Amino acid sequence: MHVLAFDTSSAAVTAAVAEWQEPSIPPEVVATATPGESFSFVMAGEGPAIRAERTEVASNRHGELLAPMIADVLAEAGITAADLDAIGVGLGPGPFTGLRVGIMTAKSMSDALAIPAYGVSSLDVLARMHDFVAYDHDHDIEHDFAVLTDARRKQVYWAVYDAHGLQVLDGPDLATPAILAERLRGRVTHLVGAGAVLYREQLADFTIVERAPYPAAGELAQLVVEPAIRKVSPEPLVPMYLRRPDARPPGERKKVTPV
Amino acid sequence: MSLPPTILGIETSCDETGVGIVRGSELLADALASSVDEHARFGGVVPEVASRAHLEAMVPTVHRALSDAGLTLADIDAIAVTAGPGLAGALLVGVAAAKAYALSLGKPLYGVNHLSAHVAVDRLVHGDLPQPCVALLVSGGHSSLLLVPDVTGPVESLGATVDDAAGEAFDKVARVLGLPFPGGPYIDRAATEGDAAAIDFPRGLVRDSPYSFTFSGLKTAVARWVEAKERAGESVPVNDVAASFQEAVADVLTARAVAACNEHGVDTLVIGGGVAANSRLRLLAEERCDAKGITLRMPPPKLCTDNGAMVAALGVLLVERGLEPSPLDIAADSSMALA
Ligand SMILES: [Zn+2]
Repeated sequence: MHVLAFDTSSAAVTAAVAEWQEPSIPPEVVATATPGESFSFVMAGEGPAIRAERTEVASNRHGELLAPMIADVLAEAGITAADLDAIGVGLGPGPFTGLRVGIMTAKSMSDALAIPAYGVSSLDVLARMHDFVAYDHDHDIEHDFAVLTDARRKQVYWAVYDAHGLQVLDGPDLATPAILAERLRGRVTHLVGAGAVLYREQLADFTIVERAPYPAAGELAQLVVEPAIRKVSPEPLVPMYLRRPDARPPGERKKVTPV
Repeated sequence: MSLPPTILGIETSCDETGVGIVRGSELLADALASSVDEHARFGGVVPEVASRAHLEAMVPTVHRALSDAGLTLADIDAIAVTAGPGLAGALLVGVAAAKAYALSLGKPLYGVNHLSAHVAVDRLVHGDLPQPCVALLVSGGHSSLLLVPDVTGPVESLGATVDDAAGEAFDKVARVLGLPFPGGPYIDRAATEGDAAAIDFPRGLVRDSPYSFTFSGLKTAVARWVEAKERAGESVPVNDVAASFQEAVADVLTARAVAACNEHGVDTLVIGGGVAANSRLRLLAEERCDAKGITLRMPPPKLCTDNGAMVAALGVLLVERGLEPSPLDIAADSSMALA
């Protein structure tokens, strides 16, 4: 099984191909297994392998970069689009124009290839790339942490995750760094993501993690392999805008003649 | 005998999600989803609202086109898409979709110029375009007079609006008169009951550019005239104002288009764009072209407004002439030049 994943929610464009080999499980075992068991059997195999992955920081050139990057990762993985079994795409939140490039591409490829496309929160992808479990005197110390991405207009998109980066505890939402700092103070110590790096000065009370600031398609692909194997029917791909279009109905018409 | 090329055309330069399918010179489908109602309360097209609507409407509109044509994606030979000019964010959605379909199906991609596509669509109705022709393209987003030696190649701009597009002027004047958005059809309707000679509104000239247009002075003149009436406590003769304004626009557009044909020795004028649906513009263009022996080619209103068929109609020509497809890194270019 091959999964193509990509994300255009950040200042980077990223694409990856993951391959998962079905483990050979004796048919008599499969036949007697419960659905839960049979899934753990299949996941017990090799696990998905990332066959190709690219990331390029390219503010505002998502539309130009994504399609050639997809062609590149497919070629590097030694497959064509027709060999794909599923698509994964980051749903944001993120600047709208770039975000839509990824989601429109996923919708169209899913349609053209008649394969499912799964949407994943781009903040979830970033959270999965980090881990705040320390080991101290025989027990784990777990720290919740926050993921921040650049929402432009002096704001960030954010969410709080458990130490494993698996579960959202607060958010996702939109805030200025100052207001978010108030909200997170005493709650988390570590911040990850390009939004935290960008506003490090306003967020001086926290430890800013510089590593892995953008969602990576390899991680996203891993997240999508499971629903693809289970043949989960995908939800419609709806961008996480978290912000309305800023348009107001016009007020009273201004006169052109001075009164 | 093999079939002529079958092209799927995608158009998202403004507020219409258009997907058309053309085989050779035969229009097989022209599916459209419009977000115009979502813009009405804002009194103009809101780019972000348009982009969001394109993202939602694209795949269903592709399917409507395929089903109208009785085809599947496997029958499509190439994908053509408007690469510009237009609203940047809106264009990007269509270009992303076109690339994804082309990449997935292993078919060539052709990024085309929106204005050239407005000209090319007439071949579906009136047959092959003569070379050269002059084109007058007027809408809410553009107002241009073009010299078109060959619609698949570079096109020369003879003139364009220096301020508002003609369609924008209709929207703004409609607002002054308390008529809804988009203004074009409402002004056209009001004008049928009015006297076009009632008020002598100015015909704006652009210095040193005989084929350019300016509508901002006209728009202000209408507002001044209406405000003077209101201040005097008189009722505003909406129908007369609409008719006189529409006359001024139609007069300027057709006079300059006909003059451009004469000066360049071109015997065919093509008119397109949303404002080409205006009844007075159509009538006056016919009269003036007749008087000068110019052949006037105007597609029916449905093909004058933005649509996917026009993109497909141009795409067929590009494929038939064996022109190079666009690379996958082609950009959506909101201010795309003609050449
Ligand atoms: Zn147009």
